[in-house]
Amino acid sequence: MVRNKTLGSRTFEIANIIVLGLLLISCIYPLWYTFCVSISDKSAANAGLVTIFPIGFSLSPYKEIINDRLFFNSFWISIQRTVLGTGLSLLITVLMAYPLARPKKDFKARNAFMWILVFCMLFNGGLIPWYLTIQNYHLLNTIWALVLGGGVPVFDVILIMNFFRNLPKELNEAAVVDGAGPWSILFRVYIPCSIPVLAAVALFLSVYHWNEFFNGLVLMNTSDKYPLQTYIQQLVVNIPVGTNLTPEQYKKLSELSNRTLNAAKVFIAMVPMLVVYPFLQKYFVSGIMLGAVKE
Amino acid sequence: MRKLGHQKHYYLMLLPGMVWLVMFSIVPMFGIAMAFQNYNPGNGLFKSEWVGLDNFKYMFQLNDSKTVILNTFIIAVGKIVFNLLIPLIFAILLNELRSLRYKKLVQTVVYLPHFLSWVIMSTIVIGIFGYYGVVNTIIGMFGVDPKLFMADAGIFRQLLIGTDVWKEFGYNAIIYLAALTGVNPNLYEAAAIDGANRWQLIRRVTLPALTTTVVLLGVLSLGNVLNAGFDQVYNLYNPLVYSTGDILDTWVYRLGLQNLQFSLATAAGLFKSVISFVLIFISYRLAYRYADYTVF
Repeated sequence: MVRNKTLGSRTFEIANIIVLGLLLISCIYPLWYTFCVSISDKSAANAGLVTIFPIGFSLSPYKEIINDRLFFNSFWISIQRTVLGTGLSLLITVLMAYPLARPKKDFKARNAFMWILVFCMLFNGGLIPWYLTIQNYHLLNTIWALVLGGGVPVFDVILIMNFFRNLPKELNEAAVVDGAGPWSILFRVYIPCSIPVLAAVALFLSVYHWNEFFNGLVLMNTSDKYPLQTYIQQLVVNIPVGTNLTPEQYKKLSELSNRTLNAAKVFIAMVPMLVVYPFLQKYFVSGIMLGAVKE
Repeated sequence: MRKLGHQKHYYLMLLPGMVWLVMFSIVPMFGIAMAFQNYNPGNGLFKSEWVGLDNFKYMFQLNDSKTVILNTFIIAVGKIVFNLLIPLIFAILLNELRSLRYKKLVQTVVYLPHFLSWVIMSTIVIGIFGYYGVVNTIIGMFGVDPKLFMADAGIFRQLLIGTDVWKEFGYNAIIYLAALTGVNPNLYEAAAIDGANRWQLIRRVTLPALTTTVVLLGVLSLGNVLNAGFDQVYNLYNPLVYSTGDILDTWVYRLGLQNLQFSLATAAGLFKSVISFVLIFISYRLAYRYADYTVF
């Protein structure tokens, strides 16, 4: 980049550094704030006095959580769901992507399947039919409702398929000459060549499963079956649906919450994401690029 | 013969995914019939009474439906516009940074909010904008009375759009930043030799390099004009802001699963699905024609 050291250019540079610094702070502050509230003194936190630094110091919310069976239960359900959901979706996604990545002369029905997939991606029956369907399968209150209920990640199929299509054709030909069938080509040639994109898709899938609260809310009837996000949602956000709520009542309701305890729970729910995030950053950037730019 | 043998394996590979798709995507589509019935859970889909378009007529007669459609449209369009523009400005500013380490640090941190759920984010937003939140504490220091931001219908939409843009701007900028890595550095040098200053470089080199991306993203977002973001609205709203904050998805949820008006909720959902489907179809067509973009 060319450097011209005019006064205007320098002013711009300093202003730019400051603006971006403020944006950076705005993105990190919420995490910091939550942490500060969680370790602050209860009365100070409830009065909204915590702004930049914790006021007082108390680990009592964390001690309280250790004895909270429901919290750990929902944490465990979220882990199960994320592992099962990500694994299953990834396997099925890869299995679908390979045939669809074949040239049309190798797989005649390819485009027909493709259209079904795209139609299902763009159109759906809506909330009520979906709910009643899952109810008819007797999946309500089971982990499978959470794992399967989100549907086939068609977009991820297309992402992986596009990646497979851009692998060199010679890879496939050489494997065929060596006598490999479709299954060994997929598992021993294509998958090892696609680790970055598979990592990106796995990340997207696991973020979805970890963060999703709505299926948990709708498909689980009892709170001991809730995944973590639904548990937290019920705890912190939920303001009862009443038609005649007045501003005063709303104020009362927001006063009721135990802010330090809630903040501690929210903070713990963020931890897995914060731990995994730095390792996966390079993958999700490449994943977005694959979704956006082709060839 | 050999090729036919392979095709058999291809069908086998597609089987699990197709079974899943049929069970959880296609079977529910038959449930759409409910929208044209007076659905009674006791009778099921086959024995419920058919009522033609009555549910749709009734839906549009309700005052709520107009409010909800308008809210959805305003919030979604606001999000689309600002989610295009703010990341664009951010990407340009980031591109102007000289320190690569600082650039990397900013990037890493601003992606983060995207990966936290709206459940988490709304607890934080409520913590900050709530009655006992940071914002009220700060304006209290200047002697201003605390306000119920979260219960103020007048600013609820702006709050929704603002917090959504804040959560996603870093993530949305990734694609612009990628487009900028493709710019030939010679262009900047040539322009600088011609006497262009910093602002002119941005206007004449950086911006044109991003135009196609902006247009493409804009066209593709057309399909989202009825997607105002269920997770966010559901976790932030309350009865006091229904008048400006209630959107189609939250309305369908309340109608269907809380008031158990299955047929009416399905009709409202179908209305949204059909319009979105048509818009997405059109937007993909446009993207293909003007930007050579294809999904597959």
